[in-house]
Amino acid sequence: MIKSPLQYTLRLRRFNPESGEMPYWQDFKVELEGHRSVLDAILKLRDEVDGSIGIRCSCRQAICGSCGVRINDKPGLACHTHLERAAQAAREGSRVIQVEPMGNMPVMKDLIVDMDAVHWKKVHRVTPWLINRQPTPEREHIVPRQSMIDVTQTMACIQCGACVSDCLSMEVDPEFIGPAALAKAYRFVGDPRDAWHYERLKDLSEDPHGLYDCSHCWMCIDACPKGVAPMSQIMRLRRLAGSDHHIEDHNNGHRHEHAFTENIRRNGLLHEADVLPDSYGGKLNPRAVPVLLYSLPVILRALARRKITFGNALLHPHRRRFKGLHRLFDSIQRRESRYELNLYVSGYDSGEPAEVAGSGPAMVATGASGLDTTHAPRRQGEDR
Amino acid sequence: MRVAYWPGCVSRGFTPELHGSMAKVAPLLDIELIELDRAACCGAGVIAEHNQELADTLNARTFALAQQTDGELMMNICSTCQGAQTECQQRLDANDAYRDHVNATLAGEDLRYERGLTNKNFLWLLVEEIGLAALQAKVARPLSNLRVGPFYGCYIVRPMDQLAIDDEHPRHRYLQWVIEALGGTVVDYAGVYKCCGFPIITMNRDASLRQAGRHLGDALDADADCLVTPCPLCHLNLDLQQPLAERVVGRKLGMPVLHLPQLVGLALGLEPRQLGMSKHIVRPASVIDWATAVIGAST
Repeated sequence: MIKSPLQYTLRLRRFNPESGEMPYWQDFKVELEGHRSVLDAILKLRDEVDGSIGIRCSCRQAICGSCGVRINDKPGLACHTHLERAAQAAREGSRVIQVEPMGNMPVMKDLIVDMDAVHWKKVHRVTPWLINRQPTPEREHIVPRQSMIDVTQTMACIQCGACVSDCLSMEVDPEFIGPAALAKAYRFVGDPRDAWHYERLKDLSEDPHGLYDCSHCWMCIDACPKGVAPMSQIMRLRRLAGSDHHIEDHNNGHRHEHAFTENIRRNGLLHEADVLPDSYGGKLNPRAVPVLLYSLPVILRALARRKITFGNALLHPHRRRFKGLHRLFDSIQRRESRYELNLYVSGYDSGEPAEVAGSGPAMVATGASGLDTTHAPRRQGEDR
Repeated sequence: MRVAYWPGCVSRGFTPELHGSMAKVAPLLDIELIELDRAACCGAGVIAEHNQELADTLNARTFALAQQTDGELMMNICSTCQGAQTECQQRLDANDAYRDHVNATLAGEDLRYERGLTNKNFLWLLVEEIGLAALQAKVARPLSNLRVGPFYGCYIVRPMDQLAIDDEHPRHRYLQWVIEALGGTVVDYAGVYKCCGFPIITMNRDASLRQAGRHLGDALDADADCLVTPCPLCHLNLDLQQPLAERVVGRKLGMPVLHLPQLVGLALGLEPRQLGMSKHIVRPASVIDWATAVIGAST
């Protein structure tokens, strides 16, 4: 990292709602060492060049989550991004560091977005507090230490909004509850002290903009500066809702998962002609009929172009090659517990990036009752 | 080079032109395909959200079958397979005890996955194994004046660390590099790295088709002649469902979407019909016209 000061160009997105002008880009030059942060540069500009630059910040050490912005088209914390790294990542080798407000939220001024209007409203939507199973104890609830490890990943969230900023489902459906709030929901669904696991899962599954509205685009995983992997938490919620609590939602979420899995169990390879109607309850199900009618123009065109043939659609040409596959499905699906491996918790055996000496099995067996750990998972580097 | 070839499900289902075009293109690139015809679906992320161990076991089974061949590596032609399989492989490779647990299930079929398989999408193989210079040398009909918009599909560009995308392997630039190596013009538009919406088509059809329609519209506004994608699931939403996406976004789109082997095949001298383009829902008229014009000019 460069120790002596260098000149960097920052291209800031400016917007002042009181001016009546459209947002615009403004370039600034700033001299700072390469290891200093983008936030340092913006604050220096605000102090020395233009006092009207708007940015929200507080701790300046990646703890408070206030300074979420988009730097070179990617969301992140301004205080947690080195100037030199940002310059190297600039578009087409320009070294111009482009900073703009986060997406999916209304801009209040320059780099400041309205977190209340979107992010906090959505977090509030998931009832983000513990609803106790037992009466309030005299001192504190004592739970097995191991049972809390699984939720540590979501507890690492600092509510910066980076995942919300780039959520692609929210881009087309602003009502989607979104990655941060759903990760927050897992924090309580995964907590053995909470008494509302089923109610929370049922509520989030039935919401048309809830659990099954995530398009699995991985954006939030790359966006998060704290390794929370919100999408992974959403997938955990889905497994708990569908596989453990057997919640049949009205959005076809669980039905689609079930239809897809059964389709592979029967056919080995996906038989698309079945999976769409089966996701709605079967070809003759009244729920499937309007969907098939809606899709009729493309079905007919696909048949006309021989993209789909009647033979392939009605028969199952691959099935005979996978006669014994159902045994593999049965042996796993009939276990009393589901096994999951969370690498955030378990770390890696030797030779991998997050080396944990002497790491043993780190599988989590989960059941409808929540989290029962048969093999204790550990946090990276933690002693037993 | 010989590769253990995983075509995926959709390339043998609703996008048969993908599997067909890959079979035509492979010999022109000296790739020998050893098809894994006993391997089952990767789960496309859906089985993993239902039961993680089941998805990991299905893919460990595929990896074990690939390791039984004498292929140099395993090759797939689907972004979703690449991402779903990489995620499973990461868990299998990270933890010996978990891998043993999964292998115990496979023992019934005398299969065993040994840590460390290389699994590359055709796109990665083009750049990292064949090389852009060698690819360029094989171009018989440069895609001159053809404006191509890349559409990656989420599973092949995110999460970056899981997919080993870094300064040394900028795999999120490969599609642009390949288009250029084939002589085409890269069209930059807002949708290059976005989601086609396919995973939520049965849960929130409107949002799903809005995603597809928006990206197609952005490509249209950027004057693309066509899109190219390494993902057949994206192709389903972008091509098969395009007439329905047009209804949702309220505009005529008519944007042809090619599979990656089709675009490569076109530059290597194959005809649009040989590459199965007549099966597309949106007739790739701009591409066919371009090919006709180029052939006409050269005779």
